Amino acid sequence: MKKFMPPIILAVLCFLPLVGLSSYAMHILVLVIMWSIIGMGWNLLGGYCGQVSFGHAAFFGMGAYSSGLLYYHFGISGWWGLLVSIPVLTITSLVIGFICLRLRGAYFALATLALGEVLRVTAENLVKFTQGDLGILIKQRTWVEKTWYFYVILLLAAGSFLLVKKVMESKLGYYFVAIREDQDAANSLGINTTLYKTIALCLSGVLTGMAGAFYMNYMGYIDPTTVFPLYDISIVTVMVVMVGGVATYWGPVIGALIMVFLAEVIRSMPKIGAAHQTLFGILLIFIIIFLPNGIVGDFRKITGLFKPRGALK
Amino acid sequence: MSLLQIQHVSKRFGGLAALTDVSYSVEKGKILGLIGPNGAGKTTLFNVVNGFYPPTKGEVLFKEERISHLQPYQICKRGVGRTFQVVRPLQRMTVLDNVIASAFLRAKDKAGAERIALDALQFTGLYDDRSLVSKSLPLGKRKKLEIARALATQPEMLLLDESFAGLNPFEQNELIDIIRKVKAKGITIMIIEHHMKVIMSLSDQVVVLNYGEKIAEGTPKEIGNNPLVIEAYLGEAERA
Repeated sequence: MKKFMPPIILAVLCFLPLVGLSSYAMHILVLVIMWSIIGMGWNLLGGYCGQVSFGHAAFFGMGAYSSGLLYYHFGISGWWGLLVSIPVLTITSLVIGFICLRLRGAYFALATLALGEVLRVTAENLVKFTQGDLGILIKQRTWVEKTWYFYVILLLAAGSFLLVKKVMESKLGYYFVAIREDQDAANSLGINTTLYKTIALCLSGVLTGMAGAFYMNYMGYIDPTTVFPLYDISIVTVMVVMVGGVATYWGPVIGALIMVFLAEVIRSMPKIGAAHQTLFGILLIFIIIFLPNGIVGDFRKITGLFKPRGALK
Repeated sequence: MSLLQIQHVSKRFGGLAALTDVSYSVEKGKILGLIGPNGAGKTTLFNVVNGFYPPTKGEVLFKEERISHLQPYQICKRGVGRTFQVVRPLQRMTVLDNVIASAFLRAKDKAGAERIALDALQFTGLYDDRSLVSKSLPLGKRKKLEIARALATQPEMLLLDESFAGLNPFEQNELIDIIRKVKAKGITIMIIEHHMKVIMSLSDQVVVLNYGEKIAEGTPKEIGNNPLVIEAYLGEAERA
């Protein structure tokens, strides 16, 4: 049963656009799938390898800008950004890894948080290269309808899901988890912790960056505050995985679904709409206290709540 | 032939001399017991051999090659495995996955790693517990898991840091049997231990540290009669 879940869900999603959903519904779906890719990327590094990053906006923004700048400076289609973002993000990750991966735990998290902000300020100020706060606009979007965007992001998500699964079932996966559980022990068991943490960071950065490159093409406009923000990207990425389930295959997908819908619902409510960040904060506190492993990780705990009391023992 | 040579090793942490000019060697295929009162520098010496700390002075040679100043994972790759005093299994992994993670060091693929891991589990008597989550194991089994993980890296030399602490007599005897079996496989062992019964029955050679200095070396019998050792453990005769 479990084995057939991914292809079944993929097949259902493939047919969804044919039902004739509204443009708004398709937009939400595209966002959910995009966020699950970012979540999967973060999960590789933060969930499996235990290196919690608060700066994934750095990768997202680098991906978005590598796509946008290709279009702006060379006049070629922004879709090339999907390919170009792979080497760009690998190099970015190597540089970030060289600086940050020597730090552990909270210090690593703080360093990544700072790096995301550094990149935002850099993009704002390199006006000649990035247009600064004016942002980059793709004058003619590839498709008017959302359908093809949906299929592109769905393909990317399916690829990411498969990649994460393959990685986690291989030697890399075992090493990542060994590093998460105890770096010193892993090191003395023959695992080159620096090397494998760097690999995790590169994979994570590339997945997040590709989502960023897609975002550029999908939205048609980016500026530093929309693709490098601390709250709207970096923190929400952490929340997607925390809510869905850290170190689970489906956690980022479920998390993305919940977070995107919640954001839409709360924002559309009169009066409390402006307070959606506050409500997200409260939600995060509840998740950490009651479902520390997220919805997927603590699924038994949730179903247990609905069973009659006597059935527990 | 000596497999491991510790040559004039000193280790200082700021003003604290944790080890001062310690030299001895471990013969291939033998068990060397490392004893000494608390704070004598035994674990520090392990950390130097294992690569966590570079020595301030002196060198460590393994198979005639200088291994001090290498990283722990490189030293492990050259054939030195170790366990920790505070047991550190990868908590949220199953027993088998724990051992597979370290078996990948010598295996080409996952099937190979699994084979090595299952062998190591059979060897340490943990085969039946292989699908349990490591967190749920009792202390005695966690200590065995530590040894299984180290064995899965297929070492030529094993460093055991207080593997017997906190075990009941039954578990102690089981572990003694396992260590004898490890020795029979031709693996050289250096062991830190407080239980004199264990040290005296297992070791071929004993080294005694006190305040970071080597105060005695010899067979278990010689050590048992050495006045310096008795003094280090029981205090000077006049004061007693």
